[in-house]
Amino acid sequence: MSASQSLMSKGTSREEVENFLFLEAELLDQWRLDEWEDLLTDDAIYQIPSNDCPEGTPRNSLYIIADDRARIHQRVLRVTSPNCHAEYPPSRLQRMIANVRISKVDGPLLHVSANMVCYRFRRDHRSYAYVAALRYVLSSQGGALKIKERRVLLASEELGALGSISFIL
Amino acid sequence: MTAHRPYIIDDDETQVFRLNREVLVSDEVSRLETERIFQTCWIYVGHASELPQPGDFRTRIVAGRPLIFCRSQAGEVRAFFNTCRHRGAIVCRERAGNARRFNCLYHGWSYGSDGSLAQVPGANGYPASFDKDEFGLISPPRFESYRDFWFMCLDEKAPALLDYLAGATDYIDLVVDQSPSGRMEIIHGTQEYDIAANWKLLVENSVDDYHLPSTHATWLNFMANSGVNVKPLTNEGLVLPAKGGAVDLGNGHFTTDNVNYRGRPVANWIPLYGEDSKQEIGEIRSELTARLGEARASRVADTNRNLVIFPNLVINDGSSVTVRTFSPVGPARMHVTAWALGPAEESESARARRLDSFLTFYGPGGFATPDDVEALEMVQRGLANWRDDPWSEMSRGMGKPQEDQLNSDEHHLRVFWRRWNDLMERAQ
Repeated sequence: MSASQSLMSKGTSREEVENFLFLEAELLDQWRLDEWEDLLTDDAIYQIPSNDCPEGTPRNSLYIIADDRARIHQRVLRVTSPNCHAEYPPSRLQRMIANVRISKVDGPLLHVSANMVCYRFRRDHRSYAYVAALRYVLSSQGGALKIKERRVLLASEELGALGSISFIL
Repeated sequence: MTAHRPYIIDDDETQVFRLNREVLVSDEVSRLETERIFQTCWIYVGHASELPQPGDFRTRIVAGRPLIFCRSQAGEVRAFFNTCRHRGAIVCRERAGNARRFNCLYHGWSYGSDGSLAQVPGANGYPASFDKDEFGLISPPRFESYRDFWFMCLDEKAPALLDYLAGATDYIDLVVDQSPSGRMEIIHGTQEYDIAANWKLLVENSVDDYHLPSTHATWLNFMANSGVNVKPLTNEGLVLPAKGGAVDLGNGHFTTDNVNYRGRPVANWIPLYGEDSKQEIGEIRSELTARLGEARASRVADTNRNLVIFPNLVINDGSSVTVRTFSPVGPARMHVTAWALGPAEESESARARRLDSFLTFYGPGGFATPDDVEALEMVQRGLANWRDDPWSEMSRGMGKPQEDQLNSDEHHLRVFWRRWNDLMERAQ
């Protein structure tokens, strides 16, 4: 019996998780970041390790992004400000979410993995494709899913020509 | 096509300093820089802490050369051109690791960690004139270190590294003094990103505090939200909340030298670090004072600096310590590599605070660096008009004595450009 089949009986199917991730993708693509923040638990974290050390922790390794909940909010304030020059005018974003799996169930917590390609377009720039593995810990409370941990593991050897991660990836 | 002269206009009498924008867009200038800058200056290779064990290696591109930066089995830090003496293939293809041998995949020649040619398949097929001892991996002509920072120079006749660094050693010492044992280390994790701009624009940007209020408005807003006073000291003609100077260190090196307002993991608390960190930061400060005396401890902890070692090494000792180097890919693109540096004996909690503080400002996901990248790329794009608007203006603070030069003046940028111009114009 697969993990997702066993979960169906507990009330959270892979389809529900997918729908949740697709909603999140839409909110991020459309820069509806207030609504995106509503998907986060009060202790949510958002992390992107450096490309060459996906196995470290932000306490002992240099990450690209390692936000706690308060920092996530400050990041949203920053990237939506017209003074955030790297995102003014805002990039046009379109992300594809695939290979969604529930890898582990731990009480109310679901460990979810997925793959992502996030395309980013800016005027007069060539296009950028951020290829990454997503690692979530979702919290299921009263039937509603929330994001407790969100890790983005970049597939490329280095950021290289992708330059900055000045938006919510 | 040769770029139009002059590269700079530098007139003390009329207090005019202008930069010929062609030097930021020209393929010819970029090609000449390879010879006259990157093949004559000391270029940063890496930090000894990146190679803790015998056999450890890192591969990287330095001054356009694929290099192996490694520690031999005998424990010596070494550098080799990463190319097989037989037909030229890269002999070490991994980013980092530990190896007793570097093996060429093509015909199987293999080299020891001291560079010597260890094995040649079918060695008996060579004539008597073939001497294996002549075919060790080649090292850069010069390879020297200062306080664990290793540099190479492709010019055999260059002055010693210590002489080259000139006044910059004082500021490297200030960074290293954070460590009770005098041992700083590169922390695991590398940030590597490109900027679609000329590399010299990042030299300027790394020390130019004039751009902070405008380019980094959202970072200042974030700092204000966290409880830091970011109001500028307008009465002194400054654009920032604390006074800062700009210092010429000789040989084209320069630094900002600022009274700190933005917090220092060593050892100047700000609310962002959290109430529960006050005690440990106090202890770090006490150790500094006991070891260095009150004045030097204050110099280490209450001032911050962005240091440029000509041409392409930046040590930003500010919200954290970042070691950053960058290399041109033609006139309109650069590769940037950045690391975090911390005291080797730092506690787990102090290390975590240092890294968190790093991310508030620096790097491709930081609250400031992406806007620097955008600014530099917008400059590069605007420079397509170089024929029609050929000069950049760089005279802020001109005419004032050195001790009055501010971090928001352009004195230190002029130091860079004068040195760059001297090297580029020097008769070859």
